[in-house]
Amino acid sequence: MNALNEQEVDGGAVKPALPFFLFGKFKEVGFGDKLFRGITGFFAFLILVLALMTFLALWVNSGPCFKAIGWKFLISSEWDPIQQKFGAVPFVYGTLVSSFLALLIATPLGLGISLFLTELAPLNLRTPVAFIVDILAAIPSVVYGLWGMFVLAPIMQAYVDPVMVKVIGGPFFVTTSIGLSFFTAGVILSIMILPTIIVISREVFEAVPNVYRESAKALGATDWETIQLSVLKPSKPGVVGAVMLGLGRALGETMAVTMVIGNMAQVTPNLLAPGHSMASVIANEFTEATGDVYLAALSEIGLLLMVITLVLNIAAHLLVWFTTRNYGRA
Amino acid sequence: MFGINYQTRRSFTNKLMVFLCGLAAVIAFIPLMSLLIYVVSQGFQQFRPAFFVNLPEPVGVPGGGMANAILGTLTLMVIASVVGLPVGIFAGVYLAEFGKKSKFAWTVRFVADVLSGVPSIVTGIVAYTVIVKPMGNFSALAGGCALGFMMIPIVTRTTEELVKLIPHSLREASWALGIPEWKTILSIVIRTAKNGILTGVLLSIARVAGETAPLLFTSFNNQFWPRSINEPTASLTVQVYTYAISPFDDWRQQAWTGALVLLLIVLAVNVFAKMFFKTGRGVLR
Repeated sequence: MNALNEQEVDGGAVKPALPFFLFGKFKEVGFGDKLFRGITGFFAFLILVLALMTFLALWVNSGPCFKAIGWKFLISSEWDPIQQKFGAVPFVYGTLVSSFLALLIATPLGLGISLFLTELAPLNLRTPVAFIVDILAAIPSVVYGLWGMFVLAPIMQAYVDPVMVKVIGGPFFVTTSIGLSFFTAGVILSIMILPTIIVISREVFEAVPNVYRESAKALGATDWETIQLSVLKPSKPGVVGAVMLGLGRALGETMAVTMVIGNMAQVTPNLLAPGHSMASVIANEFTEATGDVYLAALSEIGLLLMVITLVLNIAAHLLVWFTTRNYGRA
Repeated sequence: MFGINYQTRRSFTNKLMVFLCGLAAVIAFIPLMSLLIYVVSQGFQQFRPAFFVNLPEPVGVPGGGMANAILGTLTLMVIASVVGLPVGIFAGVYLAEFGKKSKFAWTVRFVADVLSGVPSIVTGIVAYTVIVKPMGNFSALAGGCALGFMMIPIVTRTTEELVKLIPHSLREASWALGIPEWKTILSIVIRTAKNGILTGVLLSIARVAGETAPLLFTSFNNQFWPRSINEPTASLTVQVYTYAISPFDDWRQQAWTGALVLLLIVLAVNVFAKMFFKTGRGVLR
């Protein structure tokens, strides 16, 4: 048995709210405690190992490509495995274009929905809408892809694309659509990143103290003016963070994009043309890649994709953390 | 400037914006409904017992099913849990219990957040490099590990948040009885947080069950019953993908049914998980 000493009982009884590490020195730390701490600490350490392994695996894998092509890989837009010519530009372009299109659609929708959920909706409507968002988040991406291929793409080709050509036209919407395009990929991505944007921005909006809202209302502000003044304004960095996390998800999304983007490596301003993305070229060609350089080129695209998403995610996490932390003091 | 017009404009803007916010919710509802309707109506055409007991058949031969893929997905889930859960849960406990101020814990927390943002296809490349390459063949083991790697950061962070929710007085009561710290954590803290942790675990399983990208070049695909975890294994997601991009109507029809089964599994696990634990919604996504 572990004998209790006086101080511990006193410490516990007088200030029960003290966190244990403050009077930890009065406690007897037995062998079992050290062992337990060691074991759990080891598992925590494994997470660092996993991260290191992820990075090293990609780094080592992409070695042959870096040796053969070097930095030119990043600026070349030629992708011809038979001629051993590899360039990442068409894929980076496709990923960025489809993701930004997705943001363009999902940001107003997502923010509208989370404002609706936190500020405007009657209480009995909030749970069903939140439930819908949960389901949207739970649907596997291959199912989105299947629906995108057989339902969304034909609709885009028949109805949406002609309208876009007529209304916007120009270099961005030229009439050569088979339904599989940057634009369709952007639309399906926008649906998939909606839950991410909604959940995070909702968290940010909910962190705004009610006093802010009450003050605006007391000055005679309408609902929308209240939202503008006391919800949107102080939570701006957090909202940016939410959008960036959505972007992070869009960049890494593989299956749905692969199934609707058309899989053609090209750089063109025409959004209705088929394209390719970083994730989808890996998904399509990794198992069929012959030769060291080809495989390494795909790994290097993976490395590039990881670096881009990491930078974005880190910045986004910092922004969200910064915004929600500030309210803690208010 | 402060006349009638100004007030009307204010009230009009207000009504318009409130309407637009509501409209956004309706717009998000449309693709979801369309998707669910298509998956259910198309999927039901092949939704019959044969689908669940038969192996895939060549094009044109009727009566093919996805039995091996369903079994394969279950196998992958078990392997992923074995790989991911111990690390995730214990690391989460460490962060909540011992990691309040240390730099090491801060680093682990940060790295876990960063890892959860790594695209799944990249995790696939990693599993390919560390498992498929040395072993020389595609295997369920590699696929399961890839999914397990994805579970680790999710489970770690949810476990941490849930363990932190346990009231401090419970710990104090345990210490007052002279129970050592490790026993307090194991049999008081974790036990109290059990339902929540289980929910987090189930949600993470549901999430990786729908993953396709990391399986494409780890567990690959197989037309037959799996004999061991050291050979290529079919999974529902990869099978749906393969059938969807095939040019045959028969296979495409089966892809819808596969998608329906997949959706049912994922949603069932989700609903089941949330029934376990209703109060922790803010923590669990």
